[in-house]
Amino acid sequence: MANEVVDHGRRRFLTATTAVVGGVGVVAAAVPFIKSWEPSARAKSAGAPVTVDISKIESGQKVTYPWRGLPVFVVNRSPAQLEALPSQDNRLVDAKSTGSSAEQQPKYAQNETRSIKPEWLVLVGLCTHLGCVPDFVPVMKPEPFDPDWKGGFYCPCHKSRYDMSGRVYAGVPAPKNLLVPPYHFVDDVHIQIGVDPKEAG
Amino acid sequence: MANVFTRIGDWVNERAPGLMPVYRKHMTEYYAPKNFNLWYYFGSLALLVLVNQIVTGIFLTMNYKTSAAEAFNSVEYIMRDVEWGWLIRYMHSTGASLFFVVVFLHMFRGLMYGSYQKPRELVWLLGMLIFLVLMAEAFMGYVLPWGNMSFWGAKVIISLFGTVPVIGSTLVEWIMGDYLPADATLNRFFALHVIALPLVLLLLVVLHLAALHEVGSNNPDGVDIKHGPKGNRWDPSKPADGIPFHPYYTVKDLAGVGFFLIIAAFIIFFAPSFGGWFLEHDNFIPANNLVTPTHIKPVWYFTPFYAILRMIPSFFSTAIWGVLGMFGAIVLLFLLPWIDAGKVRSIRYRGTGFKVALTLFVISFIALGAVGAGVVAELIPEWFGSSTDVTFWENLFGRVMTLVYFGFFVFLGCYTRLGWETTKPVPERVVFDHD
Amino acid sequence: MTKRPSSMKKILFSFALAAGLLMGATSVAASEEGGLPSAGTNIRDQASLQRGAKLFFNYCVGCHSLKYARYSRIAEDLGLSEDEVMKNLNFTGAKFGDVVISHMPEDSAQQFFGKAPPDLSLEVRAKTADWVYGYLNSFYLDPSRPVGWNNTVFPNASMPNPLWELQGLQTAVKKEGGEEVEKLELSQPGTLTPAQYQQATRDLTTFLEYVSEPAALQRQRYGIWVLLFLAGFTFLAYLLKKEYWKDVH
Repeated sequence: MANEVVDHGRRRFLTATTAVVGGVGVVAAAVPFIKSWEPSARAKSAGAPVTVDISKIESGQKVTYPWRGLPVFVVNRSPAQLEALPSQDNRLVDAKSTGSSAEQQPKYAQNETRSIKPEWLVLVGLCTHLGCVPDFVPVMKPEPFDPDWKGGFYCPCHKSRYDMSGRVYAGVPAPKNLLVPPYHFVDDVHIQIGVDPKEAG
Repeated sequence: MANVFTRIGDWVNERAPGLMPVYRKHMTEYYAPKNFNLWYYFGSLALLVLVNQIVTGIFLTMNYKTSAAEAFNSVEYIMRDVEWGWLIRYMHSTGASLFFVVVFLHMFRGLMYGSYQKPRELVWLLGMLIFLVLMAEAFMGYVLPWGNMSFWGAKVIISLFGTVPVIGSTLVEWIMGDYLPADATLNRFFALHVIALPLVLLLLVVLHLAALHEVGSNNPDGVDIKHGPKGNRWDPSKPADGIPFHPYYTVKDLAGVGFFLIIAAFIIFFAPSFGGWFLEHDNFIPANNLVTPTHIKPVWYFTPFYAILRMIPSFFSTAIWGVLGMFGAIVLLFLLPWIDAGKVRSIRYRGTGFKVALTLFVISFIALGAVGAGVVAELIPEWFGSSTDVTFWENLFGRVMTLVYFGFFVFLGCYTRLGWETTKPVPERVVFDHD
Repeated sequence: MTKRPSSMKKILFSFALAAGLLMGATSVAASEEGGLPSAGTNIRDQASLQRGAKLFFNYCVGCHSLKYARYSRIAEDLGLSEDEVMKNLNFTGAKFGDVVISHMPEDSAQQFFGKAPPDLSLEVRAKTADWVYGYLNSFYLDPSRPVGWNNTVFPNASMPNPLWELQGLQTAVKKEGGEEVEKLELSQPGTLTPAQYQQATRDLTTFLEYVSEPAALQRQRYGIWVLLFLAGFTFLAYLLKKEYWKDVH
């Protein structure tokens, strides 16, 4: 017994196996703690999709609705505003929303107007620079920050500018177009924010 | 890969050359007696539970609301709305009870094998301080869910301070910061529970271990391995019966940890309330300062001491005797190294009187726990018929057990000093059976 | 070196003793509500849960809230779709993610019953399933009470039997020469037979037991895997210990 030879191979194997199994256990035990930081049932309930009535929004006007605590802009763009959109294309960072801003809208809003229906623009009203709420400046007239202003959004924090589709102008601090949240039309005058048309069926 | 580790190791070593010696002193070159038995798992298990309480506690504070109006709701919010919140809470609540299970067993080990005797008095004193702080920590934690048992438990325990002569009632108001346990009480208990007492606890644990590693561990034979023959296969100058703590006891404790976790997981996943013992029914009713729960009693780990409090009647128109008795029951444990003047440490070689006394002591402790939890009051009519005078017999039983509890210390003092104890010869070396 | 083979036996014996004491203690706690029939609930019986939920939302939610339980969670755990819950269980116009709040305003409840009907989210955890089941089966007519009802499990309760149409009417048979209730008799049958009524109240108790701890479904599901994993780990650690301790003589 006293002269027993240590089986180093077995010892190393058992040490490694126990360490690996124990490590798996520790990682598995960490998962519930990490997941406890996810939005709780209460937060999810408060952040549930919201359905809003858009029948009262007049042409050229914007109304802000809260969704998940975020300001969501719903804009009823006038024909003039829509018409002016293409004229800005060469001043924008990503006019087609296919480059740096490809992820800034759902697929169904990745088009000329960044919307499902051309006149109805739905945006999360947070500047993509540092998260301020941009001002809605709809009137097409020379502004101190842009003599050739065709309407859009102007961020008071660091002077980022976006056009009437929430597309960011070149040469401002903000890097990307404003975010289009998932939404769909329940009927002609109601949209639900937070649910894609596909999910809604 | 191994090369990278070696290089990192060298890098650290160069900058903190004191670290490796500390590691060696406490792990690879801490020579513990090789004959530790099952009772020697509970120290490391207590450490494991402490870590569990700290980690789960930190995560509970992320969703708990410290306010009398919101505390109860926030606990249910954790139980239902927070992802996996129920697991974190059950780990914490079960951990609290298991903490006391392992600490009681750890302390009993000390009693059995004379681990409090010279030269380990300081280790024992620090351990007793840990026990005391742990009780305060557990009590304040129990108040936080702000259920009806939390509220009335707080009220009863704080009222104990009202028996202090002259300043009693002022003291009670000062502790509560109100005229009843209220928002202010909850807030200060929260502060103490989550930061102040844990810091003290951690410091004491470090000191407890440091003191232990100075004198070396005792063992089931109570043999001082440092005074025995020298030379083992790792170091010719170290005790022959010592083995390096790492890896031998780390791997042994690891198996113990696995076994313990099986029990803990079984409770957490299949019986978190443990039949109303770990989480009490009445604590699922929000705190109500107008309605006292029918069975008002502390959580199980306080019941032995609570029973002593209840069993000592008030006389000279003051109830302080019960309070003194309760604290005395703990103070006597502190004094154990000086009460016991025995020449031999381990129960294996002590006189029959000690064995009988220790058995009776344990029985009295469990019996007092049953009295304090109200179990005895329930069993009396069940066993002896419904016409039995429950109060009379419960008091008689409880008082006899209180006497047995205190009697243990009196007996031990006499037994070891008056030459009543005949011990068996202690072997030269530890007894070790290799299986 | 001497051998000491008997120490293991002693240790095992002490553990058996401790386990015995613990079991004794738990069984005492379990029999605390002495004399109550067993509720016989099983929260993993989804059909029973669904029937119980239906009873709750038809007979109880008028007065009692479940302020910690969300419709969405109930749907998920009971295997019901959003539509089913919103159409068949939710009569208050609450949103799917909302908690279950009774539509009775608190002041009017106070007026009717002397006190607001309690929230039932934690009723089973506070009182046990046996108590709730016993309570639902122990209503009897008592003209001496303000609302005309009494209950043997909870004497002088202020609630009338909300399920009386199902159970029928019970009256008390008093012990000879006393006021103590000996047993309850069905003096007028309801729409359900006694056996059916017991099943209905068992379903309702099952639902309330689930509501008092929705996590119970999860913990039992995960628990078994955790135990299996730990058993494997402990076995490995034991082998490792054995291996290293070959050095120790």
